[in-house]
Amino acid sequence: MIKKTFRGGVHIKDMKHLSSGSAIKEYKPQTDLVYLMNQHIGAPAVPCVKPGDRVLVGQTIAEPGGFVSAAVISSVSGTVKTVAAHICHNGDNALAITVANDNEYEAVEGFGVERDYTQMTAEEIIAAVKAAGIVGMGGAGFPTHVKLSVKPGIKIDYIICNGAECEPYITCDYRLMLEQADKAVLGMKIVLSIFKDATGIFGIESNKPEGIAKVKEACKDEPRLSVVPLKKKYPQGGERVMITALTKRRINSKMLPADAGCIVLNFSTAIAIAEAVAYNKPLTHRIVTVTGDAVNTPSNFDAPIGTNVAGLVEAAGGFKYEPEKIIFGGPMMGAAVYTLDVPVNKTTSCILLLKKDTAVPEPHECIRCGKCLTVCPEHLMPIKLKNTADANDYAEFEKLNGLECIGCGCCTYICPAKRRLSQSITAAKQFVLAEKKKAAAKK
Amino acid sequence: MKMLNVSISPHIRTSRTTTKVMLDVIIAMSPAMIFGYIYFGWYALLISVLSVSSCVLTEFVYEKIMKLPVTIGDLSAVVTGLVLAMCLYSTSPWWIPVVGGVFAILVVKMLFGGIGQNFMNPALTARCFLLLSFSRIMTAYPSLTDGVSAATPLSMAAAGQHVSYFEMFFGTHSGSIGETSTIAILIGFAYLLIRRVISPRIPLCVIGSTVAFVALFTVMKGETVTLNYLTVHAMGGGLLAGAVFMATDYTTSPVTKWGRVIYGIAVGLITAVIRCFGGSGEGISFAIITANLLTPIIEKLTYPKPLGTYGKKAETK
Ligand code: SF4
Ligand code: SF4
Repeated sequence: MIKKTFRGGVHIKDMKHLSSGSAIKEYKPQTDLVYLMNQHIGAPAVPCVKPGDRVLVGQTIAEPGGFVSAAVISSVSGTVKTVAAHICHNGDNALAITVANDNEYEAVEGFGVERDYTQMTAEEIIAAVKAAGIVGMGGAGFPTHVKLSVKPGIKIDYIICNGAECEPYITCDYRLMLEQADKAVLGMKIVLSIFKDATGIFGIESNKPEGIAKVKEACKDEPRLSVVPLKKKYPQGGERVMITALTKRRINSKMLPADAGCIVLNFSTAIAIAEAVAYNKPLTHRIVTVTGDAVNTPSNFDAPIGTNVAGLVEAAGGFKYEPEKIIFGGPMMGAAVYTLDVPVNKTTSCILLLKKDTAVPEPHECIRCGKCLTVCPEHLMPIKLKNTADANDYAEFEKLNGLECIGCGCCTYICPAKRRLSQSITAAKQFVLAEKKKAAAKK
Repeated sequence: MKMLNVSISPHIRTSRTTTKVMLDVIIAMSPAMIFGYIYFGWYALLISVLSVSSCVLTEFVYEKIMKLPVTIGDLSAVVTGLVLAMCLYSTSPWWIPVVGGVFAILVVKMLFGGIGQNFMNPALTARCFLLLSFSRIMTAYPSLTDGVSAATPLSMAAAGQHVSYFEMFFGTHSGSIGETSTIAILIGFAYLLIRRVISPRIPLCVIGSTVAFVALFTVMKGETVTLNYLTVHAMGGGLLAGAVFMATDYTTSPVTKWGRVIYGIAVGLITAVIRCFGGSGEGISFAIITANLLTPIIEKLTYPKPLGTYGKKAETK
């Protein structure tokens, strides 16, 4: 098997065996559902319901708050309780709509009715994606309709379906490959119908041979689709890394994938597109892996968005051990939370419960081993960037290409001196970007 | 539920630590050192013990006096002590490793801020300091037959003699404690590569360029170059040990990919110049510490280019 890959990256035990054998189970929430308005990158959504309103499955309860924004759809039927701030997984408070579930799952009219996408124009398809509130479900949460609305004059050559799932532990996309590969293929065909000259590629890490086989099988009659196995290496699923591995094209922080003629969609996102366009089912559910050594039965759930995470952990058999750390997402880029009283959102691929937090060793002096350079997929010099970041020398930081960092964490992972490289670099990067924004706003 | 830990990602780390890396270096050096102890006798072992203890103690005492956190647990002082012993002769008086160890750690390492901060290889700088200060003692070759000073392969080759390949390969000839056995050093090299402690760039560039430049300079001088002569330069002196264990010292060699190539070639060039035109037959130690001084500038010149800023970009743009 020829496996494509990139230079840099780290080999990490993938730990997927914990949950990879567990078929997707439907989860029915017993408590209130909380829909955050900031489940995506860009402007927060704007609620269009008020307390006391009755909402149905598939009903839009918040409208996009700008061009780069996404709608929020109710995943249950019930009554709106509050429209107020709620804590979200990054520790901040954000506006949220709380809905009391009446357990009737009464849906809006037309929900789930099949549509023939071949009769739809590109604009209609993009409008359907937008109305469905679809965002990148791999983690970044970039609104998908924005990705698909390519500026005139830009030619798209590749539609890449990102099935790398390179973060350890997470198995939601893997389960989807086994159980719903044909839907992902349908999603890709829908997107390909917008971009007539593009070819579709599924990039899947080679640690999922069954997944690769299923997807290959599902697209064997599709001349415009192919499956490319990728080497198992983190961060193989990073957007820029993926594009380089599959097309040899390179993009930097100032470019969008479209500038290199590529659109990258996560595997779950492709399925969400198929559901929205061909079955008229907006984004109300997602697959969440609940895993880690502190939970009894690691599982994959089909959970309504807005579900309380504590309930999901209960459904996975509850705690086996008292966890020391709980992470939203994977162990390399996920966010640690201090409470389980947070809702599942569109980008919640995984709830990872760890018995022991291994990320606590004290940092030592750098021994200049050069490992951080070797693993950096962006080919930066993390050791130097950290030094300039710590010295608050932001001009130098930018000159040394600090803004190109994708925050993958490989440098911190590998450092034998346990230096917190990516943490400092990410903080400096955010500071510089915020300053730039301020400066731009002044002009 | 007790308080949950909250920290910024990543939430997992490799199990490899500084101490484990240093331990790997020690393991890699041990075949060559053990060979030296067997071949040169117990006194060679004593020199290693003195050198290592001197390094470790100096670091410990300095940190205690300066009220700094004690860092001897990272084993880097042990590595320094071993490297120093590796390039001493087994006939050195007992105080040579002791003085060398103090100098290496106190002057070269700690006064510049400790691990990762010094800009010259501590052990090699100490060796050169000893060589300059006590040159007569330091250049007295160890002999195996009592009283007679046995020539090293390099000095034999310089005199136009043929040197046995067998002797060079196994190391049964005169030289520094850990530098004679080619096979033992290669085993260590392989170990370092397998454990990914070092990349092969520096050693290969050092060895390759030394041999190439020696050949070039010899031809320039109008002498004939024989295979035996070049082999002696590659395997008969301290080149191999220097290239594998000393030029690759993390702190004092460049961290960039191409920087390592340039640095390796620089070490080779300087070694060849010293060997062909200088007074000393060896040269690798001086070459390495000279190249150490070039490391910051080499690193600056070879700052890596980020992924998205070169190569094939958008064809549509
Ligand atoms: S990995 Fe850590 S110790 Fe090694 S060069 Fe980078 S910062 Fe220094
Ligand atoms: S510098 Fe940024 S891109 Fe490079 S390894 Fe570190 S976190 Fe990843």
